[in-house]
Amino acid sequence: MAGLDLLSDQGYRVDGRRAGELRKIQARMGVFAQADGSAYIEQGNTKALAVVYGPHEIRGSRARALPDRALVNCQYSSATFSTGERKRRPHGDRKSCEMGLQLRQTFEAAILTQLHPRSQIDIYVQVLQADGGTYAACVNAATLAVLDAGIPMRDFVCACSAGFVDGTALADLSHVEEAAGGPQLALALLPASGQIALLEMDARLHEDHLERVLEAAARAARDVHTLLDHVVRQHVCEASLLLGD
Amino acid sequence: MASVALSEAEKVYIVHGVQEDLRVDGRGCEDYRSIEVETDVVSNTSGSARVKLGHTDILVGVKAEMGTPKLEKPNEGYLEFFVDCSANATPEFEGRGGDDLGTEIANTLYRIFNNKSSVDLKSLCISPREHCWILYVDVLLLECGGNLFDAISIAVKAALFNTRIPKVRVLEDEEGSKDIELFDDPYDCIRLCVENVPCIVTLCKIGYRHVVDATLQEEACSLASLLVSVTSTGVVTCMRKVGKGSLDPESIFEMMETGKRVGKVLHTSLQSVLHKEESLGPKRQKVGFLG
Repeated sequence: MAGLDLLSDQGYRVDGRRAGELRKIQARMGVFAQADGSAYIEQGNTKALAVVYGPHEIRGSRARALPDRALVNCQYSSATFSTGERKRRPHGDRKSCEMGLQLRQTFEAAILTQLHPRSQIDIYVQVLQADGGTYAACVNAATLAVLDAGIPMRDFVCACSAGFVDGTALADLSHVEEAAGGPQLALALLPASGQIALLEMDARLHEDHLERVLEAAARAARDVHTLLDHVVRQHVCEASLLLGD
Repeated sequence: MASVALSEAEKVYIVHGVQEDLRVDGRGCEDYRSIEVETDVVSNTSGSARVKLGHTDILVGVKAEMGTPKLEKPNEGYLEFFVDCSANATPEFEGRGGDDLGTEIANTLYRIFNNKSSVDLKSLCISPREHCWILYVDVLLLECGGNLFDAISIAVKAALFNTRIPKVRVLEDEEGSKDIELFDDPYDCIRLCVENVPCIVTLCKIGYRHVVDATLQEEACSLASLLVSVTSTGVVTCMRKVGKGSLDPESIFEMMETGKRVGKVLHTSLQSVLHKEESLGPKRQKVGFLG
């Protein structure tokens, strides 16, 4: 046998999951006191932190201010020790810039930006450990952080990745599965309306299979939503207990 | 750096408090805030630690990579420091905004480790002139609430304590070509001796007195401070004056004495915490950012 099989004959993946199963998700809101909103998420071994500042006055040149809505500013950075091989720079490379842009698109679709004209909302995400699905982990962490900051959104944004191996769609790919080089799909979903905030697919995949992969990603994103909703409710319960209500 | 705006009255209140040895949060002049230390928080590093000192939050990851020794020190490995002031701490650090502070802190770290006794660099050598371990010590600044230098040095020490470097041996065949082989047992690794790794104690001059572990508000009241890096035996390995004000020579000696005294206590408590955590073994419940 050459290498590892990504999907065994019995239908189990390398880490023992079923095809549509997510990795364990643990999350916490309000990690930092100084930021307006912050959250931390662990999806398996992928760990990400998100911090939100704002809405506040435009920093830097006033010319960037938008007259009818808020400017969403995102920065993605990944700690130099987060990947298997040490990275040279935490941010500023091509991949980080692209991720920042994707996050920005995702959150412009979800935040009610027209409520805060001529202001700016900063979303900074930091990957502490990368083990596949970093985009999804960042979106999920950032959603919690935006909620923690109390910025009005249309809906949660829940993201999940999916792949396609041996005629089966796999949800929430780990690093091993990503590195195998099959088709990958990243999806950010607004679960209540079923609208898609971001969709990206790399590598080639037959059109006939796309629907199944998309369906697997969307189902996983809805599962993520259930978990995140639970985290938010628990956080609000704890906060209201502290306030003594 | 994250700055706070203080009114004149607030400053006077802080300065007068310090003169009476009673600070805004109830501490005395030589008291630290409570420090939380946790090691082994990032599993794909050789060693890692997270330190929370008040609102200051630091994550350090150490990665061991193989490389060639420096020409002037052919039978030693070396340490590389990198400090990332992430935008998480304050929006001013976005893009390249945190680079200046990051370089300043990294240079200070190089300086305090620039002596033979801090870390046994010879143990990092695999084969002289050819292979050695390079320890990349990457500091990630997640939130700053004053006294960055002390928190970072504590985190670096904890991460180095936690570092495990795989054991390798050099095999030489008849033609003289060398091969590096990893030992079979993955748990068989080199640990660094951190007994002599120094910690920084920052002494902030406020009014006529100096305080340790200043908060952001106290730092705003202080014109100059002195960084003293002390080992567990009270040996000073580096000293630096930072800040825009000036210090008179007498107070520098006074501050150095305080630094030594406070530093020794800090080392003792840090060692005991690290050993206690170590004794819990793999059964320890990891808290990380979830607690």
